[in-house]
Amino acid sequence: MSDPAVKSSLLTTDAHTRRRNAAEKRFRAYGLAAIAIGLVFLVLLLGSILFKGVGAFQQTFITLDVELLEAKLDKSGNRDPAQMAKVTTFGYNPLLDAAIKRATEGAGVENPFTKGKDLRKLLSAGAANQVRQFVLANPDRIGETVTFRLLASSRVDGYFKGRVTRESLARDKNLTPAHLEMVDGLREAGVVAKRFNPGFITGADASESRPEQAGIGVSMLGSFFMMLVVLALSLPIGVAASIYLEEFARQNWFTDLIEVNISNLAAVPSIVFGILGLAVFIQFAHLPQSAPLVGGLVLTLMTLPTIIISTRASLKSVPPSIREAALGVGASKMQTVFHHVLPLAMPGILTGTIIGLAQALGETAPLLLIGMVGYIASNYPGGIVEGFLSPNSAMPAQIYEWAKRADPAYYERAWGGIIILLVFLMTMNIIAVILRRRFERRW
Amino acid sequence: MSASWLLIILLALAGLGFLLGRNRALASVGGDLRKLHSLPNYYGFNVAMLAFVPAVLVLGLWAVAQPMVIDASASGVIPQTYYQDEGALNLIMSDVRRVAEGLDLAVAQGVLSASEATVLNTQTTDLRALLGGVGVALGSEVAPEVLAAAQKMRVMTATGNWIMTAIVLAAGLGGFLVAVRMTQATLRARNLVESGILILLIGAASIAILTTLGIVLSLIFNTINFFSLFPAGDFLFGTTWSPEGRGGSEHLGILPLLWGTIYISLVALVVAVPIGLFAAVYLSEYASRTTRGFAKPLLEVLAGIPTIVYGLFALTIVGPMLVSVFGADGLGWMQGTRSVMTAGLVMGVMLIPFVSSLSDDIINAVPQTMRDGSYGLGATQSETVRQVVLPAALPGIVGAILLAASRAIGETMIVVMGAGAAARLDLNPFAAMTTVTAKIVSQLTGDSDFASPEALVAFALGMTLFILTLGLNVLALYIVRKYREQYE
Repeated sequence: MSDPAVKSSLLTTDAHTRRRNAAEKRFRAYGLAAIAIGLVFLVLLLGSILFKGVGAFQQTFITLDVELLEAKLDKSGNRDPAQMAKVTTFGYNPLLDAAIKRATEGAGVENPFTKGKDLRKLLSAGAANQVRQFVLANPDRIGETVTFRLLASSRVDGYFKGRVTRESLARDKNLTPAHLEMVDGLREAGVVAKRFNPGFITGADASESRPEQAGIGVSMLGSFFMMLVVLALSLPIGVAASIYLEEFARQNWFTDLIEVNISNLAAVPSIVFGILGLAVFIQFAHLPQSAPLVGGLVLTLMTLPTIIISTRASLKSVPPSIREAALGVGASKMQTVFHHVLPLAMPGILTGTIIGLAQALGETAPLLLIGMVGYIASNYPGGIVEGFLSPNSAMPAQIYEWAKRADPAYYERAWGGIIILLVFLMTMNIIAVILRRRFERRW
Repeated sequence: MSASWLLIILLALAGLGFLLGRNRALASVGGDLRKLHSLPNYYGFNVAMLAFVPAVLVLGLWAVAQPMVIDASASGVIPQTYYQDEGALNLIMSDVRRVAEGLDLAVAQGVLSASEATVLNTQTTDLRALLGGVGVALGSEVAPEVLAAAQKMRVMTATGNWIMTAIVLAAGLGGFLVAVRMTQATLRARNLVESGILILLIGAASIAILTTLGIVLSLIFNTINFFSLFPAGDFLFGTTWSPEGRGGSEHLGILPLLWGTIYISLVALVVAVPIGLFAAVYLSEYASRTTRGFAKPLLEVLAGIPTIVYGLFALTIVGPMLVSVFGADGLGWMQGTRSVMTAGLVMGVMLIPFVSSLSDDIINAVPQTMRDGSYGLGATQSETVRQVVLPAALPGIVGAILLAASRAIGETMIVVMGAGAAARLDLNPFAAMTTVTAKIVSQLTGDSDFASPEALVAFALGMTLFILTLGLNVLALYIVRKYREQYE
């Protein structure tokens, strides 16, 4: 406190006030700094997702004119599919070698390799299969020269994206710096180029050694089937439970027990739901491992509390006058709820459901325990039943799987997968916001 | 008859019942609606409900109970001398199930006739080759005991299915007939249907209880199993964690895992609490309406990002960044990209919106009169916040921090990807450590054999995790509720 003997003026601030004002300013700055730090992290996170992930949508392709020699592919010459299927991808390799050789000669690029095996290192290991599938589907094209756009190997792709350099190849079995000289020449001739790769969005997962072929399409389907299960179960069960608790339940020990359970389940770590799924659905009920049905069931149990809490809030926001009016004209309690309260609460319920689904879509930990990670999702499910019951991966599980693999090319895939996942989440959240804005009623 | 066919029949019966009930009710009053107690559809629903619901309940219960009963009696066939412990019995039983399944498949594919399948003998037929031919691969030759148990299982399943079909159909038809017979003008059909719906609603609400029960039971049973194989004292107080393949691990102590969990959570809270709290104070006390409307949703975006994204962020960006400063080229404290710091920092970022939005609500709940009183005495805004608002909101904020701590302890993906796999008791925050959740994942993925202590320990870890987080949540809710009572 200032000494009363010292004359002070209202016009000059004394040292104590200055200190207090400085403290005030500092405090305010801390607050701003905290928000700034939070936002910086957000920008950093989203920026690095974009920066690291966009590359996955582009892939290096090599355009080659492959001569489909009849002598190699169909010796008998009668275009018998069974006979042609006997020619394995090894049989196609010489054609690819010749095609690369021709391309290098056409581009005027020096070719230091004599062995086809070395030349082929430019191409993805799956390239021969791509040509084979084409030939089996179009037997009448045998004998012609067809232009293919084939995937380059992941090292070549890495060179285009700056991941692979001449120095990093020094001890690499898969490619040599001499290859890169060729690639440079072919790039100038327009034979090798980086383009948009739809295969990443629609394709299946590939084995560990072929990152250039891996796509997220199949696991997207897995996630889709899981979300169908979650929606089909958690919406009706959640709404029914909320209607009971909000409209019918009397205050007694049973409803108290339910309430306590719901609020606790909302805070149980997601991995515990995974343990539950493993013990109950797989160990006890012998449901198939890695199946989207099981994943959906586990995620349903996890999402239910979220949906119940938001549904109850929107039921609560319907004013009692609506109920009283319905009861007044002779509707039963049940008719009041189902004919009047529920339709009015529907926009809020849907918003909550979409947000719950978005949460479930991004959840990974429980899926680890029911075996959706480690399963290589390399085949599309054959039908709807198979979609639910046959093993599959899911988008977040696929991302985790890619992040675990040793080849750094898979990191790019993982980030790319995250972009797709976030696009889904963003779309769902935007739909929820629009629903809320468009249909929310204030009474 | 298979369950799905039964279900279709019951659905058809319900549909038929709806039409019949409705028409019968209308016919009973000669088409004069005014004489009916309820609207005609309710009579139809009543019949459909009575035909469908009891039968489906029986079907569901039977489908759950039958395999359990059959398993129990089939395992009785296997002599006690044949296996050492529960785990071995479980393995044998899974073989039995596969043999039974394989025989059924063989009959279905016409490899065996139904009568041949019942008189098989392990001496005369090579069962392994036979079953391999229909697509059921077995690990070893089929022992006579296993075949006997499998045969018993098949016989019981076949009879069980017949009885089930009969009982379910009887229940469906019985309900149908009773309901049709009682349909007349004076029947209070609406009340019946509505009480049926109410029971359905109560059932849906009870799923929350069932889920908790499922969690608790599956944890307890497997934990008890684990403790029968491994001494509880060594688990709870052991300071080494080194599981070895299948069976024979001597060191499964939880302490290093708990330490890793707590250390990482602590780092996360040290990041999240100051930032989240200051952000909340600024947003609720200082920020203009526009700043708030723009900063709050943006911060909450952080909460909506899936944890796998944070995990990858830790693994590929934060880890290498920390290594470049604290690694061998810098200060030399850090060995690899995975460490307590990596996981803790990223987890802290994830928790910022959690802490800030919870604290925001709590600070907003402090009555304005208290602030006005403080301003009236000449306090500056920051003095008001520090000396009046925060102390008043303290219990709520403590609750929020406890909830955040429970989140941090239960978080899985970030630590699986960012914290490392080595369990150690160490003070260096740049060392790789592991957590309870990460070890649950690593002990339960891959192999599906749940008989060894190495797999079962995951359930004991899960139990620990469940108790820890539940305790923190209950404590937090208690504190928050107690605080609320003061102002309302």
